[in-house]
Amino acid sequence: MTTAVLLLPLISGLLAFVLRDDASRRSLLLWTARAHSTLAALLVFFWLSGQPEAGGAWFAFDPLGLFFLAITSLLFLGASHYAARYLDSEKRSPGEDAEPGFFFSNAPEAVFTGSLLLFLAAMTAVTASRHMGLLWASVEATTLLSAPLIYFHRHKRSLEATWKYLLICSVGIALALVGNLFLGAAGVKAGVGLDLPSLLSGAPLLERQLLKAAFLFVFVGYGTKMGLAPFHTWLPDAHSESPAVVSALLSGALLNCALLGILRVSAVCARAGLADFTGGILLLFGVLSLLTAALFILGQRDYKRLLAYSSIEHMGMISLGAGLGGPGLFAALLGALSHSLSKAGLFFTSGVVLEAERTKQIPEVKGLLHRAPLTASIWLAGFLIITGMPPSGVFLYKFMILRQAAASGRYWLAGLFLFLLVIVFAGMARAFISMVFGERPEKPGEKPFREPRGMLAPAALFLFLAVLIGLWLPGWLDSLLKAAAANAAGTL
Amino acid sequence: MHILAELVIVLIILLDLGLAVTGSLSACIRLVAAQGVLAGLLPLLAGTEGISAGTAAFAAVIVLLKGAVFPWLLIRARDRSGARQDVEPLVSYPVSVAFCLGSFVAASWLGSRLPLPETGVAWIVPASLATVFTGFLLITTRTKAITQVLGYLVMENGIYIFGLALFVQQPMMVELAILLDVFVAVFVMGIAIFHISREFDHIDTAELSELSDWRREGYGS
Repeated sequence: MTTAVLLLPLISGLLAFVLRDDASRRSLLLWTARAHSTLAALLVFFWLSGQPEAGGAWFAFDPLGLFFLAITSLLFLGASHYAARYLDSEKRSPGEDAEPGFFFSNAPEAVFTGSLLLFLAAMTAVTASRHMGLLWASVEATTLLSAPLIYFHRHKRSLEATWKYLLICSVGIALALVGNLFLGAAGVKAGVGLDLPSLLSGAPLLERQLLKAAFLFVFVGYGTKMGLAPFHTWLPDAHSESPAVVSALLSGALLNCALLGILRVSAVCARAGLADFTGGILLLFGVLSLLTAALFILGQRDYKRLLAYSSIEHMGMISLGAGLGGPGLFAALLGALSHSLSKAGLFFTSGVVLEAERTKQIPEVKGLLHRAPLTASIWLAGFLIITGMPPSGVFLYKFMILRQAAASGRYWLAGLFLFLLVIVFAGMARAFISMVFGERPEKPGEKPFREPRGMLAPAALFLFLAVLIGLWLPGWLDSLLKAAAANAAGTL
Repeated sequence: MHILAELVIVLIILLDLGLAVTGSLSACIRLVAAQGVLAGLLPLLAGTEGISAGTAAFAAVIVLLKGAVFPWLLIRARDRSGARQDVEPLVSYPVSVAFCLGSFVAASWLGSRLPLPETGVAWIVPASLATVFTGFLLITTRTKAITQVLGYLVMENGIYIFGLALFVQQPMMVELAILLDVFVAVFVMGIAIFHISREFDHIDTAELSELSDWRREGYGS
């Protein structure tokens, strides 16, 4: 089954490049997504029933990998349905940009769908990798395969975003490769290889100084990809310029893959008794990211960039949770799940808002409630969920991090955390409320907008799930989260 | 055998310095290719035991990629984009050289402090780290998109030599996966350069500045 889940998107992706017919390519996308999520669900089911699939030496799923596979697969399932509708509407009215008077062509649909599926294959490989070198190669592959997705709308701004994304992430990830080499060098004397099982079992034998260097390089490398400040500069550009469905996948699935890379190495460090060292770094950059996000969310004029900075904020909080350790790790993983669900929902909705208003500028959108009531309601609900209004998974994980910070005696951190959350809330509230309510200016000749239900449905569903896990965490999800957190802590 | 390996190391350092002062784009492409070939040959020269067939085949793949395929892709990207011949640095050449030499000194100091495995080839760790830094220098201080790709390749060369220096034995599958990534990276970046030149009529990345949260207000988008 592990092999199937890896090969399925790879083969479909290659197939998508050669298929000539749009309709069959779209149904290939849908069915691949459905089959992929079925396989992922089966893998989780077998793990829960106590008979996990053994897998091979290169690729196998432990609970942590399984958890991230489940998020990725679920998100892709929603994204594929959204994308099918989106591609259809792009086909009917191509070249009309959000900003009026600006025309461009789209990339061929085959390239888009093919890259989308190969992107899924690379992310699946990240979650399944049992060797640090292979993990690195898979993460780099996600960068290269998602670059054509960002450049779907062929115009200057998306090209600029694509170039920055390619270069900054490739260079960042090259540093992670240096980290991998340090990790290998740390085990040369003890005869420990770079595969995860032997790294974990041989962790106490590793050369500590080299292990620290390894973590630093890996952290900067994958941290760039994860969007932690100050390495985040590519993220707002890429998220705002790509189509909504790609933004959702970048934010909800890709950032998690980079997080997984960091957690893998920090687990090895924890086993080697370096948990305080890695925890300190995670805390420092977590706070920096929160601070950066808060600064740029205040006064942000572009709503997709606003969502992107909110992703940086959440990655910062997840990093804080991981740095606090113990129950903080559980909170961090719950955060990864809640953030993915709610942010994907919001990005999906942002695509519909863009279609209705033809602008990404916050001040130019007013009274969305009158033009597109359903979209506006979902947009507002998404805002309340992502900023952590109870009850939602986001609220739950923020609260757990806060409690863990206080429990570990870091009261200054808890205070700063709360303060920054208030700033972020204020900044986002101003934007969302003026967009949804506000007085709608008269726009002569504006045609009434038909809300695309097919694109709003996945958004509403994801937001509903984000609320649901805040109200009731099912037993199976709880045990998967606990086992995954133990993996990340290096105790399992 | 080690004499040869050390000679190669010296050449690699000289190529770093050469890259820091070269103003011609095609010369830069050739220097990076030469460095890639030297790096590819290094495992054949540094090994104390005999050379296995696998090592030889892998070295051949690297030499072919870095010495022939990459330069070809880059020259094609340059011709198609109609880039002018000079690399247009943001800092002067003497400053670039000073940075390059400084990085070598810093790398020597770092290499002597870390408990790295003993390699037997003198200067290999400082040389590799200095090469990584030179790549970084090219990416940050040269404005052309092509020179940034060249910088990425130089960085990759440095990391490859660093891996050899640390005796990290990666399984062949992993090495191949990494090499495939680098190949696809250069390929994708080459395509991106082509698009940049078509959209912007130049490939000067310093001009890619429409997306920013710092300048937004002043430029009134």
